[in-house]
Amino acid sequence: MRFNWNLKYIKMSKWFYTFSIIITLLGILSLSIFGLNYGVDFRSGSNVDVNLTKVVTQEQIQTLLNKQEIGKEVDYTQGKERFGIRFSQVLTDQQVNNFKTSFNKELDPKASFEVNTVDTEMAQELERNALWAILLASVAIAIYISIRFEWRFAVAAIVSLLHDAFLVISIFSIFRLEVDLTFITAILTIVGFSINDTVVIFDRIRENLRFAKKKSRDDLEQVVDHSIAQTMTRSLATVFTVFIASLCLFIFGGESIRMFSLAMVIGLLFGAYSSIFIASPLWVALKGKQKSPTAGGGAAKTAKS
Amino acid sequence: MKRILSFIVVVLITTGVMIGTSPGLLNSLKLGLDLKGGFEILYEAQPLEAGQSVTSQSLIQTAQSLERRINALGTTEPEVTTEGTNRIRVRLAGVSNEAEVRSMLKKPAELTFRSATAADAKKPGQYSKIELRGNDFVENGAVVGYDQLNQPEISIKVKDKAKFAEITKRLLNKELAIFLDQELLSAPTVRGELTDGSASITGSYTRDEANKLADTINLGALPLKLTEKYSQSVGATLGQLSLDQTIRAGLIGSIIILVFMIAMFRVPGLVASFCLIVHTWVVLAIFYLGGFVLTLPGIAAFVLGIGMAVDANIITYERIKEEIKSGKTIRSSVIAGSKASFRTVMDANVTTIIAAAVMFGLGTGSVRGFALVLIVDIVTSILTNIFFSRFLLNLLVKADVVKKAKYFGVKESDISAL
Repeated sequence: MRFNWNLKYIKMSKWFYTFSIIITLLGILSLSIFGLNYGVDFRSGSNVDVNLTKVVTQEQIQTLLNKQEIGKEVDYTQGKERFGIRFSQVLTDQQVNNFKTSFNKELDPKASFEVNTVDTEMAQELERNALWAILLASVAIAIYISIRFEWRFAVAAIVSLLHDAFLVISIFSIFRLEVDLTFITAILTIVGFSINDTVVIFDRIRENLRFAKKKSRDDLEQVVDHSIAQTMTRSLATVFTVFIASLCLFIFGGESIRMFSLAMVIGLLFGAYSSIFIASPLWVALKGKQKSPTAGGGAAKTAKS
Repeated sequence: MKRILSFIVVVLITTGVMIGTSPGLLNSLKLGLDLKGGFEILYEAQPLEAGQSVTSQSLIQTAQSLERRINALGTTEPEVTTEGTNRIRVRLAGVSNEAEVRSMLKKPAELTFRSATAADAKKPGQYSKIELRGNDFVENGAVVGYDQLNQPEISIKVKDKAKFAEITKRLLNKELAIFLDQELLSAPTVRGELTDGSASITGSYTRDEANKLADTINLGALPLKLTEKYSQSVGATLGQLSLDQTIRAGLIGSIIILVFMIAMFRVPGLVASFCLIVHTWVVLAIFYLGGFVLTLPGIAAFVLGIGMAVDANIITYERIKEEIKSGKTIRSSVIAGSKASFRTVMDANVTTIIAAAVMFGLGTGSVRGFALVLIVDIVTSILTNIFFSRFLLNLLVKADVVKKAKYFGVKESDISAL
C-alpha cells in the first residue's frame, strides 16, 4: 500500500457526525413508522421453505393452499429453486403434513421442505433476550475497556458500537429486509467485531500518547490523526478479509444464512467506518474537555500493563 | 541450517498429521439437523394439576420419558435437553417418520385410575373421581405376564403403597376404571386390599392388546404436560444443499483470503496461510473431540472466524513492516513487531470473546451454537495465528532465510535510515 493516509480525520469528523446522525434519524423514523420486517422467529406463525426441483408458480401454490383452506394471509418470497411461504397462522402438524403430501403429489415430487413454527410468547422472549444480550455485552465490554484503557475510551467505543448496531437495524428497517434469529447473531458479532477494530486504533492512540506533547487540543488531534493513519492499512486489510468471508457467505452460502451474511457485510463496513470517524473524534472531544493540561496522563498510567 | 531443518520438519509433520486425520475427522463430525435434515421442538412444561409447580426433578423425569418414547420408536440419536426451569428441547436428526414421532411426543397421554362417585352411580360406566395419575406409577413398572389360565395380565407398581392400600380397601368389590385421557381402557373390579404396592389388571386381552396397554401405562407416566413453543423441521435434501453451499462459500472465501495474505505480506503471509489451515484443522478437531454438533450458523461462524483469525497476523505483520521501515534489521523488527502487537491482538480478541460469551449465556439453540464456534475459533486462533505463526516465522528469520525487506512486502525505498 503506497497511499498517504495522513489526513485530518478529526477535523473532517463533523461531516461524518452529520452523516451518522442523518442515518440514525432516518432509522428512528423508519423504525417508528414501519418497524422491522420480522421473520417467523419473532412473529408468531409458520414458515415453510420449499426447495424445488422444477418450475412451480406462486398461483399453483396459492391454489393448493386454498384447497386446504390455509391460503389466507400468506406472504411469498421467491428465490432460485426456492420458495418461501409465510403463514401468519400457526400451522398444525396435520396441516403441514397435508401440505407436504399434496405438494409432492401435485406440483413437485422431489421438493424438500423446511418448516419453522414459533409461538408468539416465544417470539417476544427471543426479542427481549436479544436486546438484553446487546446491552449486557456493551456493559461487559465497557468494563473491560475501562480497566485496560480509561473511561473516555470506553464511552467512545460503546457509542460507536451502539451506533453500528443501530445503523444495521435501521438499514434493515428502511429496506424492509427480514429480521430473524440469525440477524441477532449477526448484530452481536458486529458488536464484537466493531469493538475489535476500535480497540486496535485506541491501542495505537494510547501508545503514541506516551511520547507525544500534549499541550493543546491540536496536539491531541494530531496524535489521533497520526494513529489512525498508522493503523489504516491494517484496518483496511482486516475489513477486507472479514468482508470477503461474509460476502462469500452471502453470495454462495445457503438461503437460511443469507440475511445473516448481509447484516454482517453492512455491519462490518459501518464498524470500520465508525472506529475511525466516530469513536476516535469522540474520544478527542471527551479528552479535550479535560481540565488539566496534562491530558493523556490517565492513559499513560494504564498503558504500563 | 538447524533452524531451517526444524522449520521444514515442523511443517511436514503438521501437514502429515492434517492430511492423515482430516478424512476421518470430517466424516465423524456430528452435523446438526439443519445440515442433515430432521426436526427440533421446544416444549414448555406445565404441571398436570393446577397449583402445582414444575420442579427440576420432574422436568428431568419428563425429558427422560420423552427420550424413552423416541427410542421406543427406533429413531437414532435423539437429543433431549432441559432448558431453563420449564423447557425441554428435542432434536432429532435424520428422521424419516417425522409425523409419527411428533404425534407420539406431542400427545403425552394422561393415564388416570378413576372410581365412580355416588353421582356417577346413576349412569353406569361413569367414573369421575380420579384416584391415581400416571405419575403415581413406577416408571417402566408395567409388565405383561400370564395368569393361571394363561390369559395375559398386566402387573403394575405404584410409588406410594399406603395410598394404594387405602384406595383398594375403600373400593373393595367396586370398579377401578383405567382411563387414557378421556378414553376408558378397562374397568377391573378390585378383588382385595393391595398392600404391597403392586396390582394386576386382568381382562380378556389378547397378547397384543396387553402389550399396548402396558406400553401406554409406561409412557403415560409423564410427570408434566407439554406444549409446543417452537419447531423447526428440515428436509434431508435441503440440509445437504445448505451444507454444500456453505462449504463452497467457505472455500472460496478462504482461498481469496489466503491469496490476499500472500500478496500483501509475502513470506509471513505464507506462514499465516499455513497457520490458517492448521487453525481450521484444530477447530474441527476440537469439535470432534468435544462431541459438538456443527450447525449452519456454526459453519458461518467458522468462515467468519477465518477472516478474524488472520486479523492477528495482519496486525502483527503490519507492525513488523513499520519496524522494518523505521530502519531496524529484519530480526529485531520481527521481535519488536511481535511484542508490540501482542497486547493489541489480545485486547481485540478479549472484547470479541466477551460478546460471544454473552451470546452463549443468553442465547438458545442456534445462537448458542454460533457463539460456541466463535469462542473456540478465537481461542484457537490465539494459539495458531499468534503463537504458532510467531514460532514458525522466528525459525525462518533466525535461520537467515528471509533476509530481505521485500520478503515482508516492504519496498527498499520505504525504509528510512536510522
